[in-house]
Amino acid sequence: MNPELMRMFWPFAVFVIFLFIMGTYCIMATFNLIRALIGVEILVKAATLLILLVGHVSGNGALAQTFVITLIVIEVVLMVVAGGVVLCLFRHNRTIDTRKLNNLKG
Amino acid sequence: MAINIILLIALLLASLWTVMTIRLIRSVVGLAITSAILSIIMFKLDAPLAAVFELSVCAGLISVIFVTTISFTQRLTQERLKLRRKERMGKFWYLPLIICTAAILLSFWRPSLNFQFPAPLKETDARNILWNMRHLDLLGQVIVLLAGAFGVVILFKEEKR
Repeated sequence: MNPELMRMFWPFAVFVIFLFIMGTYCIMATFNLIRALIGVEILVKAATLLILLVGHVSGNGALAQTFVITLIVIEVVLMVVAGGVVLCLFRHNRTIDTRKLNNLKG
Repeated sequence: MAINIILLIALLLASLWTVMTIRLIRSVVGLAITSAILSIIMFKLDAPLAAVFELSVCAGLISVIFVTTISFTQRLTQERLKLRRKERMGKFWYLPLIICTAAILLSFWRPSLNFQFPAPLKETDARNILWNMRHLDLLGQVIVLLAGAFGVVILFKEEKR
């Protein structure tokens, strides 16, 4: 293992942890569905960075790229469907505040 | 290494702004900037193909999807904006505090990073890996895209009269 590459792993990993904290906090602290989706996006970005970082350090950068491309495709489909669900919810309830979406309660 | 740290700090600041700003449109702009910075980092990590995907799809397409969704939902009035600002400041000032605490804790932690990675592949071209070795991934991507398209069709299906 190249020690130079291993040395660059830790600073990147710290920033990946920060991104995970921010994404998780965004999802937990908000009641707005669109902002929750933005939190999911930040979490996916942290995962993307981690995959590429491990691929780069381990010498499998090309394989990591293929995983990232697959991840991006899944991310886009997730966002399109989630955006559609948000629009449908807004059409039926006139709100995207999760506290007021209580149609299925009880 | 210094340029990497500068880029990572810029990524952190952009995503912090994305999470903390009140208006959703600004949040989406912050997300696009985060994606753009991430794609530069990807270029630096020798992943140009993934970087181009990140820049065009995540910074471009996903931002358009978010802007469209926001434009179809309700707009904030000035009174609601003031209320929201007070509510958000109460909740979100914790986040920089949590990040600073995590940074202090991580600066004391020195993990032993002696991972055992599998031997690198002989193939170093991502296009060859994608088309020759992991072609089932492509099939999976097509199925996921179709599932998404059918999902959207079903979501917006009009009732027959």
